[in-house]
Amino acid sequence: MAYEVNGKSFESDEEGYLIDIASWNEDLAGLIAKDEEIDMTEEHWEVVNFLREYYNEYQIAPAVRVLVKAVKKKLGAEKGSNKYLYELFPYGPAKQACKIAGLPKPTGCV
Amino acid sequence: MSDTEIEFDTAGITRKFMYVNRKAPYGTIYALEVLEAVLISAAFEQHACIVFIDDGVYQIKKGQDTAAVNMKNFSKTYGIIAMEKEDADEDEDMDMVWRIIVEKESMEARGLSRDDFVIDVEVIPSDELAIIMAEQEIVISG
Repeated sequence: MAYEVNGKSFESDEEGYLIDIASWNEDLAGLIAKDEEIDMTEEHWEVVNFLREYYNEYQIAPAVRVLVKAVKKKLGAEKGSNKYLYELFPYGPAKQACKIAGLPKPTGCV
Repeated sequence: MSDTEIEFDTAGITRKFMYVNRKAPYGTIYALEVLEAVLISAAFEQHACIVFIDDGVYQIKKGQDTAAVNMKNFSKTYGIIAMEKEDADEDEDMDMVWRIIVEKESMEARGLSRDDFVIDVEVIPSDELAIIMAEQEIVISG
């Protein structure tokens, strides 16, 4: 599979996760989000950007519990809940947000 | 979807886990698998002693470069363990005790010191480590 953005092609795996993390850009993220039926708002970008920073630092995507805790720390208590994250990403914050962030599919129970 | 708020009972059972890392980071899958188990342990807020013995001490050595073996350098991921430990230490509501331990003899035999590691560790001699190990409920070795 591949995504086409601005005349450029971006390879992905069969589930739509980007192969080359480094090739990610915001236009591409917008397209992946569209496929996931998500309208990207400021709040969505906050989570996506957080995931990219986290991955960059630790080379792995966080488990949902870690994501919730970290979002709480960084963006405030009202945003640091499972409910908040699932409202933004109904099919699973880790799964969907990671895909939009161009990260590999998270392993384990997320 | 109903409007009912579902309450989950998240107060589970906490046990004392020990993870014993004995092998070099690359070449076998043991190090990465144990690391994943440790991260799951964090997700369930279990007590954990993460121990590095023998060539396992190389798992957290600074300055790893995996380009030549074409594998992901996951030494940075151990930073999550350090962060989890910090959170557990700071958060009074969280009943989760974590220790990160390097066996003194293994470290010294390889000419390493505490400053050579990517995370902050306790250095403990093997006779004391044996006592800590005996106190654990579950010991997972890799």
